[in-house]
Amino acid sequence: MMPADDFLTLAVMISFAVVGVSQIMAMIRLVIGPSTGDRILALDTMVVNAIGLIVLLGIWQGTRLYFEVSLIIAMLGFVSTVAYARFVLRGDIIE
Amino acid sequence: MTMSEVGTYAAAIFLLIGAAFAVVGAIGLLKLNDPMKRLHAPTKVGTMGIGSLLLGSVVISFVRGGSSIHELLIMAFLFVTAPISANFISKVIIHLRGCDETPELDNEQTWSTLVQREEDLVAQDKTQQS
Repeated sequence: MMPADDFLTLAVMISFAVVGVSQIMAMIRLVIGPSTGDRILALDTMVVNAIGLIVLLGIWQGTRLYFEVSLIIAMLGFVSTVAYARFVLRGDIIE
Repeated sequence: MTMSEVGTYAAAIFLLIGAAFAVVGAIGLLKLNDPMKRLHAPTKVGTMGIGSLLLGSVVISFVRGGSSIHELLIMAFLFVTAPISANFISKVIIHLRGCDETPELDNEQTWSTLVQREEDLVAQDKTQQS
């Protein structure tokens, strides 16, 4: 059994790779997605995965500076998803 | 094995579980063939994956002596907003008529929707005529 710190480093590296791959998959769906709903969904997924990448970066560097960054990205991602959806539904965001 | 070692192992396992959930959501987003089916994969599984990653972050901050549970705030926010954004995206799909036709079923089963089938209409005509 490997030491705990080495195991954590390995887990963070694997998680970086895997979440990055899922980010690339969402990007492919964003490019090829046949309908507008798919593109909005792919953007929402990319925002959520970006939060995961930032959290992993905070663990990797051993700092807690990135907490506010991920919180603000979570809020802006939700607002932008709702804004896109409302633009498609109503043709206008703020009436 | 000390407590900090146990916490480090737990955080690493949380991170691996979260990354696995995230990639399953992305695979579903890429692989499924219907807009409404694609909606299911990332909105639920991806949110669970990010929740697990944030839990790992909380555990590792306790191990390193910071003991911050701020990440639970992000988790609560994501868990509240993910169904709302999924509802909006499904409204967009319905608005753009991406799900007008019901998916194909095998074994000659039918969906219990309000869509009128041709054979039902023919049977209705026969009963009305007789």
